[in-house]
Amino acid sequence: MISIDLVIVGGGSAGMSAAVAAYDAGLRSILLLERGNALGGILLQCVHNGFGLHRFKEELTGPEYAYRYETQVLERNIPFKLNTTVLDISPDRVITAINSEDGLFTIRAGAIILAMGCRERAKGALNIAGTRPAGIFSAGTAQKYINIDGYMPGNEVVILGSGDIGLIMARRMTLEGAHVKAVCELMPYSGGLARNIQQCLNDFDIPLMLSHTVVEIHGRERVTGVTIAHVDEKRRPIPETRQYIACDTLLLSCGLIPENELTCGAGIPLDRVTNGAIVDQNRQTEIPGIFACGNVLHVHDLVDYVSEEAEIAGRAAAAFVQGNAAASDREIALRTDGKIRYTVPQRITAADAVSVYFRVADVYRNVQITVRDGDRVIYEKKKAKVTPGEMETVRLSADHLRTLDGNCLEFSLVLIDAQEEEQS
Amino acid sequence: MKKELTCIVCPMGCQLVVDLDEHNQVRAVDNANCKRGVAYATAECVAPMRTVTGTAPIVGGGIVPVKTDRAIPKELMIDCMMVINETYVPADAPIGTIIIENVLDTGANVVTTKDLHGVN
Ligand code: SF4
Repeated sequence: MISIDLVIVGGGSAGMSAAVAAYDAGLRSILLLERGNALGGILLQCVHNGFGLHRFKEELTGPEYAYRYETQVLERNIPFKLNTTVLDISPDRVITAINSEDGLFTIRAGAIILAMGCRERAKGALNIAGTRPAGIFSAGTAQKYINIDGYMPGNEVVILGSGDIGLIMARRMTLEGAHVKAVCELMPYSGGLARNIQQCLNDFDIPLMLSHTVVEIHGRERVTGVTIAHVDEKRRPIPETRQYIACDTLLLSCGLIPENELTCGAGIPLDRVTNGAIVDQNRQTEIPGIFACGNVLHVHDLVDYVSEEAEIAGRAAAAFVQGNAAASDREIALRTDGKIRYTVPQRITAADAVSVYFRVADVYRNVQITVRDGDRVIYEKKKAKVTPGEMETVRLSADHLRTLDGNCLEFSLVLIDAQEEEQS
Repeated sequence: MKKELTCIVCPMGCQLVVDLDEHNQVRAVDNANCKRGVAYATAECVAPMRTVTGTAPIVGGGIVPVKTDRAIPKELMIDCMMVINETYVPADAPIGTIIIENVLDTGANVVTTKDLHGVN
């Protein structure tokens, strides 16, 4: 069995950024394992632009963003293996992997960074009545067909789900000559970025039908149409509003879910809300020496934030191997009130400044984000609007953290009553 | 006249409110978080521009991702895509290779966004 200081599982944006950060922190024995036939991960099929505005102050396409990091990996001569599938990770950091060149092999790792990314939720298709003909694709699969394989999956399209991939695909298929007839969204709001609603739907007069869902799929061999309906507040379809739309393709864009089979296999505890590992401020999981970052930890809106998080994990993993990880002097649990669904990290073990990322459960207006240490408010920030589609951040300073009375921080969203506001 | 616009320049997606005079000239832009939003709103009311991204065929098979290196008039997006689909890219083109110069007389070039050099 070979021994390597740091093994990174996944060569997408998270894995590459983590590798570069670990290298720059002085680590040299690094190995990047990637399942696909190139570094870059999902970015390679995201040919649209909008990546890198924070990182590089310019708007890049997905392949260009990936190329920047691939170049950094190559410049540093960081070793990587492509077409390599990791089969198992043990709690004592032994990795079992396979590829056609080396066969089955095991590696003893000083530290491991999990950077496997996420995949699409499949559940959207399960509860729709009707037939299961050809022509039903997840939005990401359609994206791969069009942008990697160069094959158009259909001409007359209905999209269920208005997450960013669904919106991006509406524009992509329109530009390639398809007719996208509608994007249906079960919720009363879209989970996608406002700019994508504008530039992917409004630009092409594609209707966004909020509080609508597909209730039936029609067709024998190929999809011939779908029946959609308005839903009530409890998301139940209203029968009188059923409406038939002829189409040959149905795309499902029902959200993303971290890909954590290997994490579970290693016995690493997951957060039930994020579906990713529970981590501390260094993105270290509850098993020492195993870190996680990027979409395998929680689904990010922007790749820029994935890179940022991966660098935290990369530096921390390097420090762990080098034996200069700061001793954890405390254990602060971060709790949420339900309106805030989760935080990453979920726990803090040091007194340095920490950025805490979180998502809210619904669209709220006029809110105050509040962090409390027992009864004492240590942080508050007003926001005109928060939505589940946009990740929020709170930056807790070392001062905030040094003077805590308790060992728990409570993150909550206080709705500011408009009237109270006027009186005060 | 007031008009609402979503700024598409960055992921913040500010909801801009544009005040237009009787000749449809922009008088003021509200709610922009930064000055790029003001520039966007001003351009959007006069001549909306968009960057086009897509894929072009490679000589001998396969496709490569491409983009216009600057925004082009919004109404030319589909035409631009049609030109791109008929332009074959050399199988060893490095990233950033110009495959169409001054596409549709817009002043924008279509460039590749993936490195084929040393790959194919
Ligand atoms: S106004 Fe500025 S901050 Fe707001 S969306 Fe436009 S570019 Fe982004």
